[in-house]
Amino acid sequence: MTKLQGINESAAGDWKLTELGWIFSIAMVFLGLSAAIFGRWVEEGGPRKAMFTAGVLWASGFFVSALGVKFHNIWLIYFGYGFLGGCALGIGYISPVSTLIKWFPDRPGMATGMAIMGFGGGAMIASPLSVWLMAKFATATDVGVLNTFITLGCVYFLFMMVGATLVRVPAKDWKPDGYVAPAQPKKLITTNSVHVYDAIKTPQFWLVWIVLCANTTAGIGVLGQASAMSQEMFPGVITPVAAAGLVGLMSIFNMGGRFCWATVSDFIGRKNTYFTFFILGICLYITVPFAAGIGNVPLFVFCFLIIVSMYGGGFSTVPAYLKDLFGVRYVGAIHGFVLTAWSAAGIFGPVLINYIREYNINHGIAQAQAYNVTMYIMAGLLGLGFVCNLLIKAVDKRHHLKAEATSGAELAAAAE
Amino acid sequence: MTDTIVRTPAWKVAAAWIFVGIPLLMGVFQTLLNAMKLFQ
Repeated sequence: MTKLQGINESAAGDWKLTELGWIFSIAMVFLGLSAAIFGRWVEEGGPRKAMFTAGVLWASGFFVSALGVKFHNIWLIYFGYGFLGGCALGIGYISPVSTLIKWFPDRPGMATGMAIMGFGGGAMIASPLSVWLMAKFATATDVGVLNTFITLGCVYFLFMMVGATLVRVPAKDWKPDGYVAPAQPKKLITTNSVHVYDAIKTPQFWLVWIVLCANTTAGIGVLGQASAMSQEMFPGVITPVAAAGLVGLMSIFNMGGRFCWATVSDFIGRKNTYFTFFILGICLYITVPFAAGIGNVPLFVFCFLIIVSMYGGGFSTVPAYLKDLFGVRYVGAIHGFVLTAWSAAGIFGPVLINYIREYNINHGIAQAQAYNVTMYIMAGLLGLGFVCNLLIKAVDKRHHLKAEATSGAELAAAAE
Repeated sequence: MTDTIVRTPAWKVAAAWIFVGIPLLMGVFQTLLNAMKLFQ
């Protein structure tokens, strides 16, 4: 997109890379904001209405962006892909979460893992598809972005409408064959529900917010800079082509981690899953500079892949954690508010990595060691996440919604 | 009044999985092809 007037090389009036970077940043900000603002509406209006709205906004975002490309107006792209697309991402991201939790009361972690894995998996479809479409539409005088945007808008709209048509909320008393709700609920798993506006007033909400922010900041910094970091830590060993391969492998682990870690959380519990992320994460972040120091590429790659799987796992486990703490009724809306932690991490992560690297290089540290301090800071950040996770206790009963006796133990207690 | 459970026909379930699964598998395959460059 930087070459819209110049075809083979930049021409005067082409957009700069820094101007284009804002498109993604605006989208991320509006993802968090729309998830927080419209979360309650998504929860009360149901997933079909929300998915339909997300589909319309998402496709409109592409069409408005196509107009921006046609008239070479960056503000139209900020509005289209940034604002409309960001709102679509926020509403679309949270809309399947509580529905899937209701369909899988026996495996809420696996359910949220499937929902959030879709978001990670989408990148693997969109990226090669976009490249293929641009190659198809490219001519001697056009790089093909305009037609690619229009085509992507149509394809996404079709797929999202099929999803919106198929989605169904289960009946209130629905449960899988043979499933019996535990008679004695676990300490951190409530059978009640907390209203979204009460939930954000509890310390548990903010502790989960910090837990997600710490895990995401650590992961996003590595994910965004993996290519440059690997080449600088292993100069001459990891080539740009190999680094691109590493990024591809990381995206698969990011997607797989979303499903696997969230599923594991059904067996070991949400709190223990995050403890695993933090303890294992600290060990791996400390190991990265060591692996670079001894020139061990396989160890370095292993560390990055596990780190990025836990980054994805953090996203997918958090809705189930919120369901455990605050109940299922407003989990989508509460999840929407928690996603502002992602927006914050989107700023902290890259800033920590880039600025500390630059500071180190300006102070005479060799490029290969410039990331070491950042890795130790990330490990410290995970230590903070560990402490916050440790402090999470069950939500006080005074926050529970009245007349919410919904499952085994509550009904049994009420009957006695 | 009796509740009747309406089960989704198997062909609809299969169609939904195919509709989602084929693009996803294509994407994963393409990504894996790119990832192989790390080991070359």
